[in-house]
Amino acid sequence: MKTFEKILLTNMDRPGYTGSLSDYEEAGGYKALKTVLGNVPPTDIIEMVKKSGLRGRGGAGFPTGVKWGFIPKDHPGPRYLCCNADESEPGTFKDRQLMERDPHQVLEGIAISCYAIGAQTAYIYIRGEFRLAAKILERAIVEACQAGHLGSDIYGSGVTVHVYVHAGAGAYICGEETALLESLEGKRGKPRTKPPFPATHGLYQKPTVVNNVETLANVPHIVNRGAEWFASIGAPPKSTGTRVFCLSGHVKRPGNYELPVNATFRDLIYELGGGMRSDKPLKAFIPGGASAPFLTPDHVDVQMDFESVALAGSMSGSGGITVMEEGTSMVWAALRLMEFFYHESCGKCTPCREGSSWIVQILQRILNKQGRPEDLRTLTEICENIGGRTVCAFGDAEIAPVQSTLKYWRNEYEALIEEAEALKGSRKEIPVLSLA
Amino acid sequence: MIFDKHQDTIDDILSRYPVRRSAILPLLNLAQKEEGYVSQAAMREIAGILDLTPPQVFETATFYTMLNLKPIGTFHIQVCRSLMCALVGADPLIEWLRKQLGIGVGQTTGDKLFTLSTVECLGSCGTGPMMQINDDYYERLTEEKVGRILRDLRESGDCSLKSGPFMVPERIVSP
Repeated sequence: MKTFEKILLTNMDRPGYTGSLSDYEEAGGYKALKTVLGNVPPTDIIEMVKKSGLRGRGGAGFPTGVKWGFIPKDHPGPRYLCCNADESEPGTFKDRQLMERDPHQVLEGIAISCYAIGAQTAYIYIRGEFRLAAKILERAIVEACQAGHLGSDIYGSGVTVHVYVHAGAGAYICGEETALLESLEGKRGKPRTKPPFPATHGLYQKPTVVNNVETLANVPHIVNRGAEWFASIGAPPKSTGTRVFCLSGHVKRPGNYELPVNATFRDLIYELGGGMRSDKPLKAFIPGGASAPFLTPDHVDVQMDFESVALAGSMSGSGGITVMEEGTSMVWAALRLMEFFYHESCGKCTPCREGSSWIVQILQRILNKQGRPEDLRTLTEICENIGGRTVCAFGDAEIAPVQSTLKYWRNEYEALIEEAEALKGSRKEIPVLSLA
Repeated sequence: MIFDKHQDTIDDILSRYPVRRSAILPLLNLAQKEEGYVSQAAMREIAGILDLTPPQVFETATFYTMLNLKPIGTFHIQVCRSLMCALVGADPLIEWLRKQLGIGVGQTTGDKLFTLSTVECLGSCGTGPMMQINDDYYERLTEEKVGRILRDLRESGDCSLKSGPFMVPERIVSP
């Protein structure tokens, strides 16, 4: 079996590691924070993170150091850091592990990042369902404050960082960074029109950085081991470091696996995941959470870095890989994901709000053998009228399952519609459509 | 008043934000914990605490699916129905639960003990099928396991099968 270097999961892989403050300190924790506070100027840290090539692990893959660099240097008022722990992209469950098993690694990353951008307050926006993770983080924050790693005047350096956990209440869209800010301000979680970007007008209209849990957890390691070291892992210069990939679906060993970003889907699915769970071969997989277009067995040797997956016609997104075996109905799979998007559309933009419900209705009738010959053209047109026509990336995400299954498994749609045509004469009832 | 005995908690929550309105979700979550659902009275009280109008609180509260605006059973069973769990058997499990409890999705048992809901992805896709009951996750479910969970909850109000901190795959014993 191949072995892969790990960064973020190293600590928790040790037998008996509990994620307590003493365990984390023993493993070299908070060393990076001690090194930088008062000794390394914030701008040097931003440069270091830029050089490391670290990119956002939440889905968009935006270079983290560049994002930090957008914070205006001369802004007199408060700035904020928001740690995006809303993890709700179907197929993704890495942040939960990082928070529950090694919370201090996340907190140290938050503290260093706050120092780098000059923020005194950080909010961890965690999805409401993660009660256990929120409890563990709250406890870790108290521990860290008591030990002087967080709070006012950390290590006598004059730097202040307060970290608070803010729980959401069940809304996928709050993982979108501006919706997250709206929600944190106590409003409905609807994305804002950009520009202005959060870097200048974020939380309470103040300069704000929103970073994913995994992104922030990488920061202490970059400080400890250097930007060059991080940049040498993976597929430099554009995609560097490791990622915690989440494997789910029809595999023998689903779970989280940390791999360099240039590992292939074959490494993940067959080497670490143990391959397919039964003797049925691989039929399809989603390479980066529900928002990423489906790929086929022809793509298993593609590398999982952002560029390679994009070249293959999909996206590396949140790093959630879902595997489907032969015999899975692709129309059904697309419908399931579409029902998710229909349920989670915030309703702000008409194409997304109305389009998602129309797509669900059409997919339902095709699957119920009541499809019409013109349905595939209608589906294509609806998708074309959603993509790029919404305030946030949700619109582009929700059409991915439909467009990609139509591209690779069009014959399954056509077969169902042909069946419907054949049944037409024999059917007496009027088709009744219902939304789940 | 619902929040009277929680003055310390409320002060702590309010101290975290420079703008009071940010405390809406924490307070709505607190209200739900206290009463099992978010009542109109609770929302009016929150409006009072935060110097908002009641509609401002209603507006926010109605956006979030975790907030129950009507009373529900003691144990809120929420089974994930998204694709990742469905691939590994969520649908038959939901059907089985429906029969066991004798209710439909969205309904509450006659003894007001269980409410059954289906929900979208709860971020536990590697350990499906899964469900959340009140604050706790239950993962890698089988009919037998769910049967025991229901029995334990009926008898003692608690069940030892709930998930602890996330386990790395190597340490999870294969089913």
